[in-house]
Amino acid sequence: MRENTRLSVAHLVRDPVLLFLVLLVFTGLILFIILPLYKIFSYSITTNEGKLSLQAAWDILRSSAYLQPLKNSMLLGLTTGVLATIIGYVFAYALTRVDMPLKRFFKAIATIPIISPPFILSLSMIFLFGRNGLITNRLFGFEDSNVYGMHSLVVVQTISFFPIAYLTLTGTLAKLNPAVEDAALNLGASRSRIFRTVTLPLSVPGILSSFLLVFIQSMEDFSNPAVISGNFSTLAVEAYRTITGMYDMRGGSLMALMLLAPTLLAFVLQKYWLSGKSFVTVTGKPTTSRQQSRDPKLVWPLFAFCMLVALTIILFYGTVLVGAFVKIWGINFSFTWAHFKYVMTLGWIPLRNSVILALASTPVAGLLGMLIAFLVVRKEFPGKRAMEFVSMLTFAVPGTVVGIGYILAFNGKPFMWTGSAFLLIMAFTFRNMPVGIESGTSTLIQIDRSIEEASTILGATSAVTFRRISLPMLKQAFLSGLVYSFVRAMTAVSAVIFLISPRWNLATISIFSLFESSKYSDAAAYIVVMIAIIVVAIGGLNLLVGFLGNSGTVASGGSSERA
Amino acid sequence: MSERDFSARSSNVSLLHLTKRFRSLDGSGEVTAVNDVNLEIRAGELVTILGPSGCGKTTTLRMIAGFEYPTSGSILIGGQDVAMVPPNKRGLSMVFQSYALFPHLTIYENVAYGLRVQKLPAAEIGERTQRALDLMQLTSMAKRYPSQVSGGQQQRIALARAIVIEPSVLLFDEPLSNLDAKLREYMRDELRKLQRRLGITSLYVTHDQSEAMAISDRVVIMKEGWIRQVGTPREIYAFPQSKFVADFMGKANFVRVRVLGIEGESARVEIEGAQFTVPRAGKAGPVAGPALLVVRPEALRPVPLGSEQERAALKGRIDRFTYFGNIARYEVSTENAPLLIESYNPEASFIFEEGTEVGVIIDFESARLLPAEEQE
Repeated sequence: MRENTRLSVAHLVRDPVLLFLVLLVFTGLILFIILPLYKIFSYSITTNEGKLSLQAAWDILRSSAYLQPLKNSMLLGLTTGVLATIIGYVFAYALTRVDMPLKRFFKAIATIPIISPPFILSLSMIFLFGRNGLITNRLFGFEDSNVYGMHSLVVVQTISFFPIAYLTLTGTLAKLNPAVEDAALNLGASRSRIFRTVTLPLSVPGILSSFLLVFIQSMEDFSNPAVISGNFSTLAVEAYRTITGMYDMRGGSLMALMLLAPTLLAFVLQKYWLSGKSFVTVTGKPTTSRQQSRDPKLVWPLFAFCMLVALTIILFYGTVLVGAFVKIWGINFSFTWAHFKYVMTLGWIPLRNSVILALASTPVAGLLGMLIAFLVVRKEFPGKRAMEFVSMLTFAVPGTVVGIGYILAFNGKPFMWTGSAFLLIMAFTFRNMPVGIESGTSTLIQIDRSIEEASTILGATSAVTFRRISLPMLKQAFLSGLVYSFVRAMTAVSAVIFLISPRWNLATISIFSLFESSKYSDAAAYIVVMIAIIVVAIGGLNLLVGFLGNSGTVASGGSSERA
Repeated sequence: MSERDFSARSSNVSLLHLTKRFRSLDGSGEVTAVNDVNLEIRAGELVTILGPSGCGKTTTLRMIAGFEYPTSGSILIGGQDVAMVPPNKRGLSMVFQSYALFPHLTIYENVAYGLRVQKLPAAEIGERTQRALDLMQLTSMAKRYPSQVSGGQQQRIALARAIVIEPSVLLFDEPLSNLDAKLREYMRDELRKLQRRLGITSLYVTHDQSEAMAISDRVVIMKEGWIRQVGTPREIYAFPQSKFVADFMGKANFVRVRVLGIEGESARVEIEGAQFTVPRAGKAGPVAGPALLVVRPEALRPVPLGSEQERAALKGRIDRFTYFGNIARYEVSTENAPLLIESYNPEASFIFEEGTEVGVIIDFESARLLPAEEQE
């Protein structure tokens, strides 16, 4: 152990660029991830007089004002996790195992909730099922239907997060070696028997993984519970209300800790326990294409199911689009541009701020993500595992926790950054890196390490190799990191709601205020404009990364056997 | 085309007590991958390290390249210790097992890469790249990408990319193992011709003994981190100094014998009661007592019982007969040891059926002696 540490230190000293990059990344991670978390923790167990004490924390934790939101959040997370995973599994199974029409359409539809602005599904929910709802009021004539509460949250979150389950499970199902299922078929098993005895058991790690990922998302969701939870209080929202409404910073940070514990646990389980249990066999050899079922008894029910999901999504998004153009929803459905005029006048500055800050943080988050992936996969240095863990941690740390942590850490000397654009950019950067890191890591693992070694031995430094060899090969991963960072920065609510200032107000927070004052159609117009910006930006990023050069395909190569 | 330019910087390489230990996979202990290796590679020479997988050959190569750091010992390139020299400053080139071509660059840009990294003047880059492409007959495909050319062409690109920077030493990490058998033989000969013409000091790593024999000035046999024998291909095949080397370099039979006496190079031995002379016994065998006689399969001849039986050292039964066209291979069980016999040009001689009892004549001219019990 000591031997290896000594060698990797020697390695660092010999390569000053690498040493600099490693130190740079560690500084960023400590300052913007570790320090805020540490501040929340230390603040929660310090009394007003500045003494260390668990008493205050204990008293607070025993009161139902704190326990109820925890119970609610857990219940919501479990329910949404199960429902989203079931829908995601059926969706993924239909798209990978069954020969049916409109697959491209279904795939496209399933990505919409991932890249859409917050509040949109909740807004639809209110438009469709609220007091003046299209379905509740107009269709069935209910006068006082209550859209606010857990039932609506479950619907909205399930639609929001089933794509995560679908994508996770598609990965699992697509990568299961078809030969295993073919072998079962060859041994005489029926399709349903193969599903029960082979496919389903082999996808259990994927199922659990997707459940945990959805659970984390549901727990940390701020925007939906903030507007349609009614009396059903959740931790993310209660923490915010406790701090901004009751000025109780300590109570808020305790709630943040209560929120952090289960999400962190779920993250650790997902990343370190399940990843070791995966049955996915990556042989590197081309596997024969999968025989897809054409049995009508299987195809049409699955098709109907996918269509139902797709139509639901279209209904929800279409409703908001229509809502943006009507005078007063439920009362006066005549056409108007008024709401867009509002967005372009009063709403213009927050919108511009959102775009500026998202554009500023996107390249930083994208490059940092690729850099960390490169360092973690390709380089040896002390603290490598820690770097990997901490940089992925932000995925599991709820935005609310980040926001509160940032207030505590950067609201005084030596870091007086609260309310500044810089802090918002850093919040975006460090929260939005993980997807870039994940896709970068999985790309790099597939690329033969000797391609970089070839560059090194031909005389290139680490920096030149990274810029001219690794980065171009990481183009796809880089792009998805950029797109994700931009979308997340544009649509962020929970972390930034603590960090905005009159100078740096943001579009999502403006939408939230419109909800608070029941200006739903203005909110709808705002959301439509944001969707337009996101779509244009994704197209732009695609073009931009296209200029980075031809990515080619990795030349054939055998196993890199170590003699 | 002046090929001499490529050879200008050829250096010798010395490995002194080179040792590399890794933490074992379960983390409990240490594995010594390379153990006190001493080796001198002369300027312009092609040395092959041959050994089974896990013998430490690739680790040795990678330490010379600078991708692994020695636990102890030193590496001298052109007389200079390179311990503190990072891999990109060692002035070496390497041809990788997977070729490691840059998939996003054209073949021209792949070859020019090393020169561009050195920031040479554009005219020089153009001229030298073109010369390397011409030399490897790649000019017509310079604008294509690596994925658009065949495996043999990829191999040549990797070679062109490696020699264009005029390395002081060229390293080869099993570069032919991804080619099919015919192409492998062709490329092997091309590679050797090129290396001789350019005179680049080369270290070649492989587990294929026929490859090692075909291209090397000298061969180093490694096992479990240790060097077992160093010599020209002929020295190693004809005078193996251990059972492992005899077995790994070609095929070998080990006949149990008793040494009665040594006189100069020749030894008197007893096999199953009869006495024979081994004219060139080698230096590895014992002076007297039990020993192993190393006999290559081609140095054994089966004969029918009766006629030539009195000349046969051993008697046995043919268990298995395989016909390869150019060779008839017999697996023969005897009281002494199982024997593998290869008869060349089988159609010109008698072919024995399975189950036949035969006598086995040993050609003692090429037989060698080894100690009976060897410490492995």
